[in-house]
Amino acid sequence: MATISLHDVKKSYGRTEVIHGIDLDVTDGEFIVIVGPSGCGKSTLLRMVAGLEAISAGTIEIGGRVVNDLEPRERDIAMVFQNYALYPHMSVYDNMAYGLKIAGLSKPAIRERVDAAARMLELEPYLGRKPKALSGGQRQRVAMGRALVRQPAAFLFDEPLSNLDAKLRVQMRLEIKSMQRNVETTSLYVTHDQVEAMTLADRLVVMNAGHAEQIDTPLNVYRTPATTFVAGFIGSPAMNLMPATVAANGKGLELDGGGTVKPRDTVLPENGRKVFLGVRPEHLSPVDEFNADLKLAVRAVETLGADTLAHGRLADGGATGSEMVVRLPGTSAVKPDEVLPLAIEPGTAHLFDRENGKRMEA
Amino acid sequence: MTPRATFPHKFLPYLLVAPQLAITLVFFYWPASQAVRQSLFREDPFGLRSTFVGLANFKHVLSQPNYINSLEVTVIFSVSTALISMAAALLLAVMAEKVIIGRGFYRTLMIWPYAVAPAIAGMLWLFMFNPSFGSLAYPLRWLGIDWDPLLDSKQAMVLLIAAASWKQVSYNFLFFVAGLQSIPKSLLEAASIDGAGETRRFWTITFPLLAPTSFFLLVVNTVYALFDTFGIIDAVTGGGPGRATETLVYKVYKDGFVNLILGDSAAESVILMAIVIGLTAIQFRYIERKVHYG
Ligand SMILES: Nc1ncnc2c1ncn2[C@@H]1O[C@H](COP(=O)(O)OP(=O)(O)OP(=O)(O)O)[C@@H](O)[C@H]1O
Ligand SMILES: [Mg+2]
Repeated sequence: MATISLHDVKKSYGRTEVIHGIDLDVTDGEFIVIVGPSGCGKSTLLRMVAGLEAISAGTIEIGGRVVNDLEPRERDIAMVFQNYALYPHMSVYDNMAYGLKIAGLSKPAIRERVDAAARMLELEPYLGRKPKALSGGQRQRVAMGRALVRQPAAFLFDEPLSNLDAKLRVQMRLEIKSMQRNVETTSLYVTHDQVEAMTLADRLVVMNAGHAEQIDTPLNVYRTPATTFVAGFIGSPAMNLMPATVAANGKGLELDGGGTVKPRDTVLPENGRKVFLGVRPEHLSPVDEFNADLKLAVRAVETLGADTLAHGRLADGGATGSEMVVRLPGTSAVKPDEVLPLAIEPGTAHLFDRENGKRMEA
Repeated sequence: MTPRATFPHKFLPYLLVAPQLAITLVFFYWPASQAVRQSLFREDPFGLRSTFVGLANFKHVLSQPNYINSLEVTVIFSVSTALISMAAALLLAVMAEKVIIGRGFYRTLMIWPYAVAPAIAGMLWLFMFNPSFGSLAYPLRWLGIDWDPLLDSKQAMVLLIAAASWKQVSYNFLFFVAGLQSIPKSLLEAASIDGAGETRRFWTITFPLLAPTSFFLLVVNTVYALFDTFGIIDAVTGGGPGRATETLVYKVYKDGFVNLILGDSAAESVILMAIVIGLTAIQFRYIERKVHYG
């Protein structure tokens, strides 16, 4: 168990810099999820912590010890790979025992630890099998077992669930979470799946193109996204972002897509400031025409059962109005080509600076 | 059982394998059957008549001390050549993996010796190590070694094994490079996170996963050492000094084409054939079982 801290960590391949300076302090036992779109540098960051990639600049500390120049084996970490990387020529037992043998544990001690992990992961019937004879979910469990038995200072996971089907993914997600609760080992977990990110994380690191856009608890990231990127990335369907300008004499916001809005309980910046108005699909509700903040010209309706999603454009903008999505209750009878009057729930509107995409706080 | 491929044509498949079949028939089965037939006959000194003698040729051959000597020479030569050329190739392949700049260049250079004909390779080594003018014989003497492979049978064997291995290293290298590339990098990364240093990673991960390649090369190298080294032996030592480097295949040639004892030569080649078939069968039966195909 240990803390991990990254200070201004950068990575360049030749002359291209792919990680542009990341600062992160992970407390002991914390579960950190690194989330971001493909190619943003999540794996690279994790592999730098593991020692599989050299660090171009900055420092990484594990348990208060700078590990920049240490080999992976000297860092006291365990990693679960996306393709599991199980040793194909060894039995499940030997896969899990490999690191312990190297560490020089006695045979009975090794057996005890492997058996305990196998019991916890329900792998006991498969200990004698080769990885080839296991299902994807079982292989995944072996990979976790191999990390678990080592009792390392930290776990690193690189998209460990992305090769599993949807149902198994949900199940394994819960297992990973409860396993981590049990052993209370500091963990870094990389994923591009935002549901995984939200459900697993104590804190989230939202990455974009080599930058950490926001580091905070899942709820804070959802409630107060720091940038338009985070606003668009976390939440499904994504937050509606509408270009707007602060109107004179307190009329609220003039939408570039047509019409004006005055979100309740939201403090507006000075007149003439160009902003993005952000509203989550779930924070819009149908009202009568008189109370409407916005009007949606519905183009398509998706019925998901519990919810119904209405896609369309702002009615006031005509054919060029901003695109928008609204999440309605599953009982809603909305039809395409209707015009839907909507109100923004008080206090749920977000404003972002149009120049740099940063959140604007009053 | 894998499902059988079925062809709509009855005739076409046979036509397609016909060339390969013809070559095998003409260059293997026909001479082999000739050898078997001839091993049962004895020719008169003028080659005019041959008499059926049953297994007498075999009895005669196996009772010769020369033949037993040749068997020993073959075992020493083949085992050393196969092991040395494979070990050297593996070492070079592992090293070549680590080269970052000019990797392709090194690999190409490594493959060149394979293009050299056996007899020429033999001459090359013979000249380099010729006791009187060889450019590499001189430093050996300077090191205090009384170097003369033309007279010293041990040195002749060493020279022969070196030449034969050198020629085969390229081939083995090529397969080991391909074998190394097919090992997923993440396995080695996982092992290094599990605490394994470089040497241990090699022996516990890389080496076992190379087993299919190594097994294939073992079969190929055995056959190479037994047969294809004829040109090198003929060029470097001619089986000498004395009979110190006379392998089975070289003895077949000498008895048949130099001494013209056709019956004995045929019997020897039949025995050789049986040995190779036996060896290959053993390799497949016992060694392949331990091989993990990933
Ligand atoms: N060896 C390399 N040489 C040059 N660029 C590289 C190298 N490895 C990775 N990159 C670049 O670094 C960036 C980050 O890659 P990385 O693998 O960390 O992405 P990721 O966030 O893990 O994406 P994914 O979700 O698809 O796995 C990418 O733009 C990639 O092209
Ligand atoms: Mg990745």
